[in-house]
Amino acid sequence: MVKHFVRLEWKSFLRSASFGKSLAIKILMGFLALYFIAIFLSIGVFLYPALKKAMPDADPLQVVNNVLFYWVLFDLIFRFFFQKLPVMVVKPLLTLPIKRSKIINYVLGKSSLSFFNFLPLFAIIPFGVTLIIEGYPALSVVTWMVTMFIIVLIINFLNFIIESFSAQAEMSFLPIILIVASLYGLNYFSIISFSKLFSDGINAIYEIPVLIVIPILILLGTYLYNFKLLKKKLFLDAGLKAKVKEVQASNLEWTKSFGDIAPFMQLDLKLIWRNKRTKSSVWMLLIGLLYGLFFYPQPQFQNEFWLYPFVGVFSTGIFLINFGQFIPAWDSGYYKLLMSQNIKYEQYLKSKFTLMALSVAILFVLGIPYVFLGWEILLAHFVAAIYNVGVNTHVILYGGSFNRKKIDLSQKAAFNYQGTGAVQWLIGIPLLLLPMGLFTAFYFLVGFEMACLILAALGIVGIVFHQKLMKIIAAKYLESKHKMIAAFNQDN
Amino acid sequence: MITTYNISKKYNNNVVLNIESLDIPKGQSFGLVGNNGAGKTTYFSLLLDLIQPTTGYIKNNNIQVNESEAWKPFTSAFIDESFLIGYLTPEEYFYFIGELRNQNKADVDALVSQFEDFFHGEILNQKKYLRDLSKGNQKKVGIVAALIGNPEVVILDEPFANLDPTTQIRLKGIVKDLAEKQGVTVLISSHDLLHVTDVCERIVVLEKGEIVKDLVTNAATLKELEAHFSN
Repeated sequence: MVKHFVRLEWKSFLRSASFGKSLAIKILMGFLALYFIAIFLSIGVFLYPALKKAMPDADPLQVVNNVLFYWVLFDLIFRFFFQKLPVMVVKPLLTLPIKRSKIINYVLGKSSLSFFNFLPLFAIIPFGVTLIIEGYPALSVVTWMVTMFIIVLIINFLNFIIESFSAQAEMSFLPIILIVASLYGLNYFSIISFSKLFSDGINAIYEIPVLIVIPILILLGTYLYNFKLLKKKLFLDAGLKAKVKEVQASNLEWTKSFGDIAPFMQLDLKLIWRNKRTKSSVWMLLIGLLYGLFFYPQPQFQNEFWLYPFVGVFSTGIFLINFGQFIPAWDSGYYKLLMSQNIKYEQYLKSKFTLMALSVAILFVLGIPYVFLGWEILLAHFVAAIYNVGVNTHVILYGGSFNRKKIDLSQKAAFNYQGTGAVQWLIGIPLLLLPMGLFTAFYFLVGFEMACLILAALGIVGIVFHQKLMKIIAAKYLESKHKMIAAFNQDN
Repeated sequence: MITTYNISKKYNNNVVLNIESLDIPKGQSFGLVGNNGAGKTTYFSLLLDLIQPTTGYIKNNNIQVNESEAWKPFTSAFIDESFLIGYLTPEEYFYFIGELRNQNKADVDALVSQFEDFFHGEILNQKKYLRDLSKGNQKKVGIVAALIGNPEVVILDEPFANLDPTTQIRLKGIVKDLAEKQGVTVLISSHDLLHVTDVCERIVVLEKGEIVKDLVTNAATLKELEAHFSN
């Protein structure tokens, strides 16, 4: 039976849509994985000497044990957003003669093979080995390492328990934030010192290895609890049924002031707000807005003016980039409908343009407080905003006519590369690198103000020729209409 | 109303449709029958300019569909679920289609209210998105949306599939009414021989992309079709 499960899993991996994705993305994901492995490995290898150097009096193992609590909290939050229990895949198995308990064990067992669980090992093992080399008692260190891995697995299963309870809630991420925040708060204000309790516990296991049965029992407990939860849910009308949310409609009458593009704007706003994948691009606005704070306050960037427009383009254009790069794939699910209706491509595209231009304006206005960090920043953001509206919107719309990848709107957003093709990566060059390169060149040749003027001028040229550019773009879309319909008709 | 001239569609030298000529007069209720892969959906897709013909062309009210878009205002269709916008409610979807076809909310409401029986209380005011409706209910929404804006040509691909018996009977009434009383040209494809013979004045049988029968419906048609498909 296990053999069958493994074979199914292997096939789903080989034949999955993401496996068939372009090589570039696979390589990128591979690099991401390698990158994290490298980080954890270097933590594992260098942690001991680093701690020894930083705190010569303290025992590195003690220091690590003291902060373990915070790692657990962080890991819980991280997993909550990125790791999901793959229950949906078992639907076709339900009617086959397989015991339910076997299916549940399979799902839970599979979850323990997640990359998230193996990653910490890259830090735990080298650190443990260093400890043994440094003369710590081998048996105790091995027990410590095993305990660490058990804790990782406990977090793994604990996460699913939290998820199953918070899934019903409207703001599903609130419970986890509350739990973690209150644990952290209780600890921080020393009401209950969890970090102390935690490190005492680990120390006790380190001293008396037999105590390892306690975390093992906890692990078993979380596993069995998950088992119980899943057993209740493994029915079509319970956990396996997709949730139906009640609609909260708004009439969006204000879009009427945009004239003939109003129906499309309403549609786009609903598209953004009612689908998981697009909704996340709204949250990205916040990241874009605060992006400057990573750069500007740091002393080493204080006089690096050439960097400002890059931050500006990114900060005011984050929605433009996020939303724009998947035009018209957002509408791929009903593209045939749009194409058989009495609409003009120009109206359709103009609605997207208006949304993107509005977002740039709003983000610029919200970013005005950056002026407290220097007037140059505001100026750079202003010209970047003009450049975004005048040049980048048109470039990204034009790039969209090469879009041939369908997007399934119901899929979740994080780490979802569906709809991404080579064009989406190439388009980043004119979008971000070109303005930055131009600016840098003029900055070093003539100066900051002149470089700003050049960017602004480019943007204004784009705005002046807006009508003409839109005609060209619409013609391009019309030309590739049939190719797009055929491509969007395919299920990856 | 719809004239087909030597149209053919090939995929990698594989001919999926080849119709020398086919004339559908205004106000006719026209049925297209055939097994899977006979070319029914291909023909409808060509008619809507969703795919490009390999040779030939189709004229809709004297407008060549792959050259001009002027046929769009008086033509509407429901081919499959990809004609629905999953994240809208049925009402929002009707209004959206209405706006594209120059109908205001009151016009749309007036039209949609005629179909209350057809909806059987499961569509309007349900506070549900289209993606959360059952297949059959999605189909009802798509069919009614195709009737918004007084189209002169209505194209429905497999309208009876997935519908419950009551709704099938009501749909037959709607289609008959469109063709007989309102002079709308209705094109329907179906696997259900009984339903097409009930509804359509004329039935064309496609086989491997070619027209093999072109019948004016009468009492003997059903028998004839059954005989044709049983061997």
